[in-house]
Amino acid sequence: MTFGEAGTALALAALSLLSIIIAAKAHTPEYAFHAYLFAAAAGAAVFKIVDRYYDRPAELPPLTIDGRPNYNMGPVKFATIASVFWGVAGFTIGLLIALQLAFPSLNFDTSWLSFGRMRPLHTSAVIFAFGGNVLIGSSFYVVQRTCRARLAGDIAPWFVVLGYNFFIVIAGTGYLLGITQSKEYAEPEWYADLFLTVVWVAYFLVFLGTILRRKEPHIYVANWFYIAFILTIAVLHLGNNAAIPVSLFSPKSYIVWSGVQDAMVQWWYGHNAVGFFLTAGFLAIMYYFIPKRAERPVYSYRLSIIHFWALIFIYIWAGPHHLHYTALPDWAQTLGMVFSIMLWMPSWGGMINGLMTLSGAWDKLRTDPVLRMMVVSVAFYGMSTFEGPLMSVKAVNSLSHYTDWTIGHVHSGALGWVAYISFGAIYCLVPWLWNKERLYSMKAVSWHFWISTLGIVLYISSMWVAGILQGLMWRAYTNLGFLEYSFIEVVEAMHPFYVIRALGGALFVAGSLIMAWNVWKTITVGQAATEAPQALQPSLVAAE
Amino acid sequence: MSVWARHKIFETNSIILVIGVLIVISIGGLVEIVPLFYLKSTIEKVEGVRPYTPLELAGRNIYVREGCYNCHSQMVRPLRDEVERYGHYSLAAESMYDRPFQWGSKRTGPDLARVGNKYSDEWHRDHLLDPRAVVPGSIMPAYPWLAKTELDTANIAQDMRVQAQLGVPYTPEMIEKAEGDVRTQATTDAPNGDDLVKRYPGAQVRNFGGNPQKITEADALIAYLQMLGTQVDFKLYDNKANVR
Repeated sequence: MTFGEAGTALALAALSLLSIIIAAKAHTPEYAFHAYLFAAAAGAAVFKIVDRYYDRPAELPPLTIDGRPNYNMGPVKFATIASVFWGVAGFTIGLLIALQLAFPSLNFDTSWLSFGRMRPLHTSAVIFAFGGNVLIGSSFYVVQRTCRARLAGDIAPWFVVLGYNFFIVIAGTGYLLGITQSKEYAEPEWYADLFLTVVWVAYFLVFLGTILRRKEPHIYVANWFYIAFILTIAVLHLGNNAAIPVSLFSPKSYIVWSGVQDAMVQWWYGHNAVGFFLTAGFLAIMYYFIPKRAERPVYSYRLSIIHFWALIFIYIWAGPHHLHYTALPDWAQTLGMVFSIMLWMPSWGGMINGLMTLSGAWDKLRTDPVLRMMVVSVAFYGMSTFEGPLMSVKAVNSLSHYTDWTIGHVHSGALGWVAYISFGAIYCLVPWLWNKERLYSMKAVSWHFWISTLGIVLYISSMWVAGILQGLMWRAYTNLGFLEYSFIEVVEAMHPFYVIRALGGALFVAGSLIMAWNVWKTITVGQAATEAPQALQPSLVAAE
Repeated sequence: MSVWARHKIFETNSIILVIGVLIVISIGGLVEIVPLFYLKSTIEKVEGVRPYTPLELAGRNIYVREGCYNCHSQMVRPLRDEVERYGHYSLAAESMYDRPFQWGSKRTGPDLARVGNKYSDEWHRDHLLDPRAVVPGSIMPAYPWLAKTELDTANIAQDMRVQAQLGVPYTPEMIEKAEGDVRTQATTDAPNGDDLVKRYPGAQVRNFGGNPQKITEADALIAYLQMLGTQVDFKLYDNKANVR
C-alpha cells in the first residue's frame, strides 16, 4: 500500500469513528443524522480504498505512455456529470422558489419546503454544486492539458471531487433541516466548513502539484485565474467562517466577528465569492475553451496580464458596496464604491480579450451553437459588469438596494455569464472526455441556446421593472407629503413580475433538461472519435 | 528588458505566482476591515444596548434557522422615506452583540430593525400561523410548526458561555440562571421577573406565545421580534455626539 492510500484510509477511519461518537451524543437529531452521514461516507471510502488496493496492479499508473502524458480524466468525468445533475437540480429549486414568491401556498406550510430554507438551497446548489463542479472538473482538465502532465496525486483528485460533492450534500440537507449560520452564500455550519477546508487544501495541492510537473516552461493564463480562484476562496472561507462551535456535539456555532465588523467581513467574502468563484474561475474557462473552440489564439497576451492583476487587485475592495447607507462607516462605503467603479475597466478588458479572440472566426457563430453560447456568455459578462459598477454608485444604490433589481443583476451574471460559459465548457468536454466524434445533437444545443436565452431575457427584464418600481414606490410621496404606498401595496404590485420571472426560470430549466438529455445521448450512443480528439493547447501569441 | 518580459517570472515559477496573488488580494481586505476594529468612531456610544436575554437569544436562533434574513432586512438607512416608514435609522451599536449580523440584503418583506412593540403578541401569533389571515396580500410562508414545537433550552447556557468567550458581556450569574430566565421571561406574573429585568434592563416579561401551559418556539421568536430596535431611547440619543 502506498503512503497516500494508507494515510487516507486511516484518517477516514478515524473520522468515521469520531462521527459515530458524535452521533451518539449529538444535541439534536438533525446533527446526529449528519454525523451518521459522515460515518457512512468515510466508512465507504475506506472500503473503496482497500478494495481498490487489492484490485489494482502493483504499480500505480505511469505518468507517461510512449512519451505522451497519461492523463487522469476519471475525476473530470465525475465532476462533469455531477455539474449537469446539480445544474438541473439547482435551476429547478430556483423555479420552485420563484413560484413561491408568486403563489405563497406553494410553501405548503412545511418547514423544510418554506422559502427561507429553500432559497439558500437554491443559491448553494447553483453556485457551489453546479458552478463548483464545473470549476473543479474543468480546472483538472485544463491544468493537465496545458501542463502536459498527469494530475498530481493518486487518491487525492478523487478525494477532492467526491469530498466536495459530499460537502454539497451536507450543506444542502442542512439547510432543509434548519442548520445554517445565516451568512449569505456561506450558510453551512462549522463542521461542514472544516471539512470543506480539508477538501480545498487537497484541491490546491493537486492543482499546484500538477503545475510543478509541467512539461511546458510557461504556466498558461487560464491556470493563473484558477490559482487566484483557489487561493482567494480559501482565504475568504477561513476569514468569513471563523466561529466557535457551542460544543463538539452541537451543530450551532457563533461567529467571532459581530455587528458592523461581521457585516464588513461577510460582504468582503460575499462580493469576492462573486469575484473569485463566479468570475476568476469562469474567466479561466473562457481563456481555455473559447480559443480552443474557435481555433484562434487569445486576442492579446498583454491584455490578459493586465486583466489578471488588475482584476484580482481591485475586486477585493468592492465588498462595501453591499452596505451603502448602512451603519458601516462612510469611509469604507466610499472606498467600496470607488473601487467598484474602477472594476469596470479590468472587467471589460477581459470581455474584450474574450470576444476579440474570435477575430477571423466570427463566421463560426453561425455554424457552431456551442461557440455562440460561450460568446453570448462573454457579452452577458460585459453587460453585468457594467450594471454592477452602476449599481454601486451610492445614489443609484439608494434606489436599487433591497429590491429585485439586485436579483435581476445577479441573474444576468449567473445565468447569462456563469451558466452559459459552463454549458459551453460542458458541451466541449463531454465529447473530448468520452472520446466521441461530436455531440449527439447540435440541433439540441441550438434549442437549448434559444430557449434559455428567451428565459434569461424574461427573467432580467421583469426583475429590472419590478426592482425599479419597488424602489420608486417605497420612496413615493403624495402631494401632501405623506408616504404614498403602504409596504403591502408594493408587495402586491410585484405579482405579475414574479409570474413572468418564474416563466423565464421555467424556460431556463427546460433548456438545461435538453442539455442533460444531449449529454446522456452523447455518452451512451455517440459515435466514437476516429483520431486523437484535439491538439494539446491553444496556440499563444508569445510575449515579446 | 521590457515590463512584459519581466512578467515572465510569474509565468514560469508557480510559487512566485502564488505569493504574488496572495499579496495582491490581501491589500484591499486589510485596508477595509482592520481599521473597523480600532477606530473608536466605528461603533457609537449609546445607552441601553444590552445582550439578548436567553429567551430572546433562542428566538434569534430560530429567526436564523428559518432564514428570515432572506426576505427581511434589519437595517434602516438614513433616507427620508425609510426613517418615516420604519423609524430612526439603525446605529452600528444596536447590532454590536449580533453574531452573525442580520442586516439582510433584500426586502421582499418590510424591514424589521424596529418592529419591536409595533404589533401585539396576538398579531404576531396569528401572523406566524397564517400571514394572510392578518395581511391579505402577504406572500410570506406560514410557520405553523413554531407554536407546536416546545422550545429546547437544554444548552442555552452553553450558547451564552461561548458568546461570553467572544466578548459579549454575559456575567457568570446570567449564564448560571439562563434556563430559569427563559421560563421566567415567558411566564406572566413570574415571581423572579424583577430580578431578570435587573440583569437585562428593559426586558419584556410575559407570555408571548399565548399558551401558558408550555413555552414554544413561537414564544421565543415573538420575544425576539418584540425587542428589536427598542433598546435605544432616541429621545435621549445625541446624534451630534457621534458625528462620524
